[in-house]
Amino acid sequence: MLAFAMPPGFTRDQVAAIAALAHLELDSSELDLFARQLGSILAHADDVQQVDTTGVPPTASVVTRHASERLDERQVSLDIADTLANTPDPDRSQVEGGFFKVPRVIE
Amino acid sequence: MTGGPSPVQEIRDAVRSRARSAGDVCRDALSRIVATNPQLNAFNTVAAERALARAEAIDRDLDRWRDAPLTGVPVAIKDNLCTAGLRTTASSRMLESYVPPYDATAVAHLEAAGAVVVGKTNCDEFAMGSSNENSAFGPVHNPWALDRIPGGTSGGSAAPVAARLAPLALGSDTGGSIRQPAALCGVVGLKPTYGRVSRYGLIAHASSLDQVGPMTLTVRDAAIALHVLAGADAADATSAPEPVPDYAAALTGDIRGVRVGVPRRLLDQGVDAEVSHALAAAFDALTARGATLVDVELPHARYAIPVYYLVSTAEASSNLARYDGVRYGFRSNPESGTRNQELHSMYAHTRALGFGAEVKRRIMLGTYVLSAGYYDAYYLKAQQVRTLILRDYDQAFGGADAVDVIAMPTSPTPAFRIGERIQDPLQMYLADVFTVSANLAGLPALSVPCGFTAGRLPIGLQLTGRRFDESTLLRIADAYERDTEWSTYIPPITNR
Repeated sequence: MLAFAMPPGFTRDQVAAIAALAHLELDSSELDLFARQLGSILAHADDVQQVDTTGVPPTASVVTRHASERLDERQVSLDIADTLANTPDPDRSQVEGGFFKVPRVIE
Repeated sequence: MTGGPSPVQEIRDAVRSRARSAGDVCRDALSRIVATNPQLNAFNTVAAERALARAEAIDRDLDRWRDAPLTGVPVAIKDNLCTAGLRTTASSRMLESYVPPYDATAVAHLEAAGAVVVGKTNCDEFAMGSSNENSAFGPVHNPWALDRIPGGTSGGSAAPVAARLAPLALGSDTGGSIRQPAALCGVVGLKPTYGRVSRYGLIAHASSLDQVGPMTLTVRDAAIALHVLAGADAADATSAPEPVPDYAAALTGDIRGVRVGVPRRLLDQGVDAEVSHALAAAFDALTARGATLVDVELPHARYAIPVYYLVSTAEASSNLARYDGVRYGFRSNPESGTRNQELHSMYAHTRALGFGAEVKRRIMLGTYVLSAGYYDAYYLKAQQVRTLILRDYDQAFGGADAVDVIAMPTSPTPAFRIGERIQDPLQMYLADVFTVSANLAGLPALSVPCGFTAGRLPIGLQLTGRRFDESTLLRIADAYERDTEWSTYIPPITNR
């Protein structure tokens, strides 16, 4: 029932590809470390692959009853100044005209 | 320990009757925090001015707080719960200077009940860990042995309760993060049923598992706190509409006829001998009060750790995608002002510098198990086995031979030494072997002190109950507590 072969370990290239998906820059030592550790952690998950789950539905949430729906009414949301106050740049050069600024996307 | 008011009741009643002012109580707590925190490193932020202003406001307007359940009670808040105007870091460099514009619902409930927030407590970064060593602000030290971990991830909430710096702290529990540090520091920790307490304003780790709960010196105080915290919240669609009972009223001391399930097969391996011994003595105390022990089988519990680390890292990798350096938190600006910085490298560099090693490891693992080609084999499979784990509990609580609670140790070992497991993530993950199942199944579970090792390290008894039946958990734990004196033992650091 095992349709999937465990990767024996991860190469640096595979780790780099996962890091790119996660928008995470890794240095050379981290590539080596995670190549080793991700393989050993996932090897521990090998047991899970052996469990017969034929016809078993997945559980994504254990919520059985939701709180009652709220009315679709306008409510006060966060103040613009309060929201912009946490901008990452202390000299506030990343805020302009009520917007957050990011590096140029289109040349 | 019998009779007498609990620490929370004692403070509340004294402030209400003007025997002590809230200001005095607050100054007393703050001076103890200032004296002890350099050794414990339990607080990321001590909110002295804010706390005193609040306490004095309560004193000035005491009539308004005459019937409040937590009047003047100092509380410590885990630093992954938002506090309006008070720095909230999740112990991450990423949020080192983040000041939330709003309060978490749990915090708002405590303050509305008269509590005084004295500070924000250290934890594992983004609540990922089992030892409180993964903090950008350094590890928390166990008040019973300063060279040992306090447990994680709410170690900074457990330590000040144990050291008598505050009688109540809030923690959060994704895989044992309230219960395990409670056990290792010798205090009571309650993870409520999923949905019992609003998660609004809790910095998300794994949203289908996270739950906020109290850490206290006594079971009665946990009951009082849960009554304040629990209830539906329009701001959290997963919060539950179930009515909130008077938990303290359920503490009758009567547990005759209660059926306590013991998963003996699960306890056969990997449990420290002193922990097993304390557990056996706790079982004797429960049966002496009229409870019956029943063997239960949880056949899929042995898969709980890998299932937990597949599900929680998948959810975490998604939740932590929001930290991109744009709207709040840390932003890397290597070439600020030049035209060379490109948006995607800004994201990747910000995340490289803002996150610690364990957070990166979990983002990587979660990204991988959600990625095309591996989703079915890992994430979907884990969710299916999660269903089987849940069914095991349904069977134990609802089958022909149904039990009322299931008892286990909270942690397989007492507190280990700082640095002992930090290089081996897999060893660290195994510390959660008895706690993660309750999160996967959404069940309430608590840890209550049940003894000490020969080396004076606390041991915890864990009880897991039926969904929304915190009352039974609390009633049994309170009855047990009445026959023991563990909660009256004070760690050496407090006597100095």
